[in-house]
Amino acid sequence: MNLGQCLVAAAATTTLLFPGSAWPQTQDVGAIAIPELRSFRPEQPRLVTLPNGMVLMLEPDQELPLVRGYALIRGGSRDEPADKVGLVSIYGQAWRTGGTKVKGHSGDELDELLENKAALVETAGGLDATSVSWDCMKGDFDAVMGIVAEMLRTEPVFPQDKIELAKTQISSAIARRNDDPDAILRRESRRLVYGATSPYARIDEYTTISAVTRDDLVAWHRRYVHPNNIVMAVWGDFDARQMERRLRQMFADWPRGTPAQEAKISVPAARPGYYLVEKDDVTQSKIQMAHLGLRRDTRDFYAIEVMNEVLGGGFGSRLMTDVRAKQGLAYHVWGGLGMAYDYPGLFRVGMGTKSDTTVRGIEALLAEVDAMTQRPVSETELAHAKDGLLNSFIFRIDSREKVLHEEVSDYFHGYPLDLLERYMDGVRAVSASDVTRVAREYLHKDKLAVLVVGRPSDFDRPLTSLGPVTKVDITIPAPSDASAR
Amino acid sequence: MKHLAACALLSLALAAPLAAQDVASFEKRTSVHTLGNGLTVVVCERHEAPVVSFFTYVDVGADREVPGITGLAHMFEHMAFKGTDRIGTTDYKAESAALGKVEEAYRAYDLERRRTVAHDETKVKGAEQAWRSAMEEAEGFVVTNAFPELVERQGGEGLNAFTSSDETAYVYSFPANRVELWALLESGRFLHPVMREFYKERDVVIEERRLRTESRPIGRLIEQFVAAAFTAHPYGQPVIGWPSDLQAFSATDAMEFFKNYYVPANVVVAIVGDVTPAQVFPLVEAYFGRLPRQPKPEPLRTVEPPQRCERQVILRDPSQPIYVEGYHRPAAGDPDDATYDAISDVLSNGRVSRLYRTLVRDKRVAADTGGFNGFPGDKYPNLFVFYAMTTPGHKPEEAADLIHAEIERLKNEDVNDDELARVKTRAKTELIRSLDSNTGLAQQLATAQARFGDWREIFRRVERIDKVTKPDVRRVAQATFRLGNRTVGVVESTQMATAAAK
Repeated sequence: MNLGQCLVAAAATTTLLFPGSAWPQTQDVGAIAIPELRSFRPEQPRLVTLPNGMVLMLEPDQELPLVRGYALIRGGSRDEPADKVGLVSIYGQAWRTGGTKVKGHSGDELDELLENKAALVETAGGLDATSVSWDCMKGDFDAVMGIVAEMLRTEPVFPQDKIELAKTQISSAIARRNDDPDAILRRESRRLVYGATSPYARIDEYTTISAVTRDDLVAWHRRYVHPNNIVMAVWGDFDARQMERRLRQMFADWPRGTPAQEAKISVPAARPGYYLVEKDDVTQSKIQMAHLGLRRDTRDFYAIEVMNEVLGGGFGSRLMTDVRAKQGLAYHVWGGLGMAYDYPGLFRVGMGTKSDTTVRGIEALLAEVDAMTQRPVSETELAHAKDGLLNSFIFRIDSREKVLHEEVSDYFHGYPLDLLERYMDGVRAVSASDVTRVAREYLHKDKLAVLVVGRPSDFDRPLTSLGPVTKVDITIPAPSDASAR
Repeated sequence: MKHLAACALLSLALAAPLAAQDVASFEKRTSVHTLGNGLTVVVCERHEAPVVSFFTYVDVGADREVPGITGLAHMFEHMAFKGTDRIGTTDYKAESAALGKVEEAYRAYDLERRRTVAHDETKVKGAEQAWRSAMEEAEGFVVTNAFPELVERQGGEGLNAFTSSDETAYVYSFPANRVELWALLESGRFLHPVMREFYKERDVVIEERRLRTESRPIGRLIEQFVAAAFTAHPYGQPVIGWPSDLQAFSATDAMEFFKNYYVPANVVVAIVGDVTPAQVFPLVEAYFGRLPRQPKPEPLRTVEPPQRCERQVILRDPSQPIYVEGYHRPAAGDPDDATYDAISDVLSNGRVSRLYRTLVRDKRVAADTGGFNGFPGDKYPNLFVFYAMTTPGHKPEEAADLIHAEIERLKNEDVNDDELARVKTRAKTELIRSLDSNTGLAQQLATAQARFGDWREIFRRVERIDKVTKPDVRRVAQATFRLGNRTVGVVESTQMATAAAK
């Protein structure tokens, strides 16, 4: 125990009146004693598989009198038909707003019933799953969970007016999708890498929305909502064994259905080059250059985690230091090699910079990509990146809810449940040469699709000074005559 | 899953009878201490995991800016990440001298540049060159991003800061074994901030303005809207600053602002997590006690005068329509606060709210709509704002008419029993939901302590909402939502969208 700790101990046992300036203090960061962090092992969720294949992951946490949870159901927007893009999005809204066939549980009645208790039950559609989630006081759990079970086990109503409401909401988002330069950049950059018709990049249009019928929603529900397609997470103020018993009562007699098929989606070859979206009402260009990334199950996962930290992980990263602090070119600058669970993520580097530094900005980013593959990562950079990841790892497990979310997500995608436990060792084992090697192996400047959203007449130099430029038309296709009005 | 049995036992043991969410429980684990120099520290124990969150609240935001220095509070916030005399430099003595020369050269350049009589472009260029050379020399001593890199390498999480019209706040979390390190670093950056790389960071901030304000229709509209709603009070000025001021203010201006407003009596620090007051108070005393005592700045003089006529700003933009309208209301702490909160809740909270039901569900005129308090801040008299994002084929005026009809209903008819009961239930439940993170708690505690002198305001607010009556709602609605007290902001589309797909 050093002097400081002695004094802390003394203060703890004596008084809350302090000697003020008598406390020994240092000006030197290196002189601060950093005691060993108390050992902390998050509690593992209780994993239960019902005979019908439904999986429960339970995480008691008695701090607050709440019970929260969600059911993840296999099948998402990547599985919807190409001429009905938006189906899952409409489904995700109308499932809840339309309510159930049980008397008194129409969508509007559920709104009042739940909000009188300040409780929430929501449904949503995503890329690879749909979900039902809830959040309530523990005293309301039986009532709220009854509604959740009803929504899962009985066929939703999907009344026409709620389908129309969902379509109006989505049409409004379509109409507004070119108002925000960041949204344009994210959307079009994905389309360039995955291909505009890819399930990972395609977007809903007025025509694909209007093609969706009530029958489609019913068919989707019948096809996917089966216990053997579901992982349910529950956390909050309960006893795990009692909760297990309760959920068994609700779901054990629910018969199995056809399991969801694994999505088989191919990704196209790279289309490198320079692409331009012209937007007149901006003073800043948004730039993103991207090519395909990897899946999380790559053997180089940890080396890539460290590489991402070096490249764009925080204030101390290369992008923030060189492009933002030293060159003053950007407020927002980002980059990293994305790793998705079961399809290749995106490697992307991007920034926002004033119109008259657009080409300079592109060159600065390309230089960073070059540097990642050509300038070996120094031992200092490596130490900074690893220390940052390791010392802050505690924040990935510092609440039971966080641990549960991460493990549910891993389990849902077929990954082992000990990834969190293995993480620190995996990072510790990464060497500087590993990082340089993965950068050289996975970053390819010649495959990058470089996209700019901006006002070309204000650029410092024409984009064509870098190479041939393809213009990207983002005009929103009008509804077909048949569907208008 | 080998720990299951142990887990179950442990969780039973942890099922303590203490209700973690009531004020009595917080009394037991929350302590406040004010240092001799006037700085206040709030400590709240939460021993779930060995982590600690810190929130430093400085009671100055854009509210203390005057024309010429708009944006400076936010600019200083950025500079607080640039290090100190000990962090971020290879040789502080030499750097300090070089920074002095930068300021001299900048002043000379700035005067030449802004000269209107006998403006001489050759002189401007020469002065600019001298300034740039001086900066280059000073940059030779900089260790770029040394401060944030140090925090991140030590496991700092969520390192960030924000500036509003009311306040500037600095936030991050550390593993629980680094509290003393935080005390040294956090007090250090307010004991001896250094304005290194100021003009490059100013470019970063100008980029932030392009991002948030200039390149988005909503950003352009809001800037014009508050400028119209406030004629005298600084709430009418953009927090990010006007372009001319951003292009002109200096590191010297920033230090002047810092000296006037970053006085210990203006600072509240909240520390939440796996700590005890006995451990933390001595550290804060030792490290933050170094900040010199200074008088608290006198309160702001300017009060927004009563609005005498309706005001309107219309932006014609190549984007989809947006509608907003605001009504002046009193500052936070007003006896009618709870009633304003209740009104906002009845109008906008959830699918049973009046605005959702009318504008979104039934008429399908808006994709999103609501009414909320406290814009652009709430330390001073501010605005109650209504907004609507219209759906394709619908005009902002349609949304406005429906909003006005809902306002009239509020003024002329009592809210019903269910609605009022829901407001009260929701206030209690939402309070509970807000207590589940160290960072969220630290922010709430620091803000309440700074604003009202007592962190318990977090709980009292809910008690007051519980007492709101139907006549309160009518009375406050009638007093506030008057035509002459209204400012309207509209984005009118120059390319009206095609009708919705059906």
